[in-house]
Amino acid sequence: MKKKILAIICFSIIITSCSEDKDIILNPVAITLNFNHSWNGTEITNADFGQLKFTNENDQILSIERLRYVVSEVSLTHESGEVTVLDDYNLVDLTNNEGMSFRTSEGILPGEYSAVTFRFGLKRADNTDGAYPDLNTANFNVPAPLGGGYHFMQFDGKYINTASVEAPFNYHVISAIDPTNVNDAVDTSFTLNLGAVTIGSNTNITIQMDVSEWFKNPNTWDLNEYDTNLMGNYDVQLLMNQNGSSVFDLVSITQ
Amino acid sequence: MSCSNQDTDIEEEYIPVPFSLKVPELFQQKLIDPLIPNNNPLTEEGVALGKKLFFDKKLSGNNTQACATCHKPQNSFTDDTRFSDGIEGVFGVRNSMPLINLAWNFSDRFAWDGKELGLERQALEPVINPIEMHSDWSNVVAKLEQDPEYPILFSRAFGTSSIDSVLVAKAIAQFERILISGNSKFDQYLLGNATLSLQELNGFAVFMDEEKGDCFHCHGSDNNPLWTDNKFHNNGLDANFNDLGLGTVTGDPNDNGKFRSPTLRNLSFTAPYMHDGRFATLEEVINHYSEGLQFSPTIDPLMKKVSQGGVQLSVEEKMDLKAFLLTLTDLEFINNPDFRD
Repeated sequence: MKKKILAIICFSIIITSCSEDKDIILNPVAITLNFNHSWNGTEITNADFGQLKFTNENDQILSIERLRYVVSEVSLTHESGEVTVLDDYNLVDLTNNEGMSFRTSEGILPGEYSAVTFRFGLKRADNTDGAYPDLNTANFNVPAPLGGGYHFMQFDGKYINTASVEAPFNYHVISAIDPTNVNDAVDTSFTLNLGAVTIGSNTNITIQMDVSEWFKNPNTWDLNEYDTNLMGNYDVQLLMNQNGSSVFDLVSITQ
Repeated sequence: MSCSNQDTDIEEEYIPVPFSLKVPELFQQKLIDPLIPNNNPLTEEGVALGKKLFFDKKLSGNNTQACATCHKPQNSFTDDTRFSDGIEGVFGVRNSMPLINLAWNFSDRFAWDGKELGLERQALEPVINPIEMHSDWSNVVAKLEQDPEYPILFSRAFGTSSIDSVLVAKAIAQFERILISGNSKFDQYLLGNATLSLQELNGFAVFMDEEKGDCFHCHGSDNNPLWTDNKFHNNGLDANFNDLGLGTVTGDPNDNGKFRSPTLRNLSFTAPYMHDGRFATLEEVINHYSEGLQFSPTIDPLMKKVSQGGVQLSVEEKMDLKAFLLTLTDLEFINNPDFRD
């Protein structure tokens, strides 16, 4: 009897082990990031461009005429603590409705992750001058006197200035560079934590940029003071970096 | 590959040879691969046929004009007149665009106003345009079919001796895609094979300075050897438009007055400048951006000093900028026998 019970137990373990072996084999899966855009919570598209219809925190009326930015370095922290970085980048171009959705070229094992993050811009180690043919072809480069590498964002439009005249603005985000010492750059790219996520076979993460936030939080932006020639303005780039922290929000995670 | 004396055998057995595109070293380093449509891959036979057609006056109604009449190799595939006249002597309203590095135009919109979607489509229009070649495709096809050479050339390139406008346009597009310019003095400088003068270096600095010329935002950089973004901008030419440009094509008032940024390569040969050829010299172009900007509602925000008339360059900065622009001259392209009849 004991031998029979032992045999049954062994057989059960074998069956159970075989079943578990089948469950353990998981293939990495890509995840999809989708970007949409809003102004003060109201969704916007490129159909809203070219119209003086937006009012910023400083009560200035403005238009959006060009908006594109690069995101990179999607990373996931497994509930075990292990961090996986997917070495992708993507140019989101709302002006031309391109790059609004991208699927990571690398995969991640399905499962529970305590955090998913992405980076706005390119971190210093990745922001290598001329290194990315697609960003070169997209003409997204930053001149060498300003540190080289790439823009993080080009946000252009017009606003009504204090003289009640339409004036241009070029809210271009790059690394903060002291032009007298281009080697002394503050990496103004930043990561955003979207929180916990379950990665399945077809995970879609939708993120929203509230464009109005670039002008408000924590720095109320006066376009009369800072409208053009901002790339080489070290202090302004730091202000932009501060405002960027509240620009992105997680909208949804779907499977 | 085998050949026989019978046309049907040739159509069945002749396999075109893939064309080895000569991509300049800097393009290989800095740019993504050129846009070659799957339904019109480059072949030696297709390119040769396209070149022959490009220079052939049979494509015009009275056999007096070819594509090359308004797109001359010695002018970097434009001509030297403000407007071009067609076979009836009627002048157009736009300056002939130079044909350079078209395979890297990823918007795939051609002409100053972007009306032509794809090179294959663009090649169809001038043939039937009454103020250009003023022919019709049935007439052109008939002439080509009666030619002793064309049927076999089409057969070798496309597997059929039955000629139509689509195949003619495909062949011409193949030839246009090989018109690659990437061997200027500045290219050689970037490769470490040439030295720039102080004036040329200063001019490059003006070009790349956001607070001076700020040309790079639309016209490329040392990391974008196309020297254009291939996008559409209103660059402040007019306060009121007599040519809506992209707006004519899209119907969107926000696109009024916008025209495609041309490449800055080979400016020595492509005067006059702008979509309507209004500027005869580079000095006039630079003066426009320096003091001559005109506000209109769709002016590009990158024309940031429009309230002052422009970027206000000094005399020396203007001369330096011109000197730099001339370093983008590619004599190898201009004189390439592969691009001439």
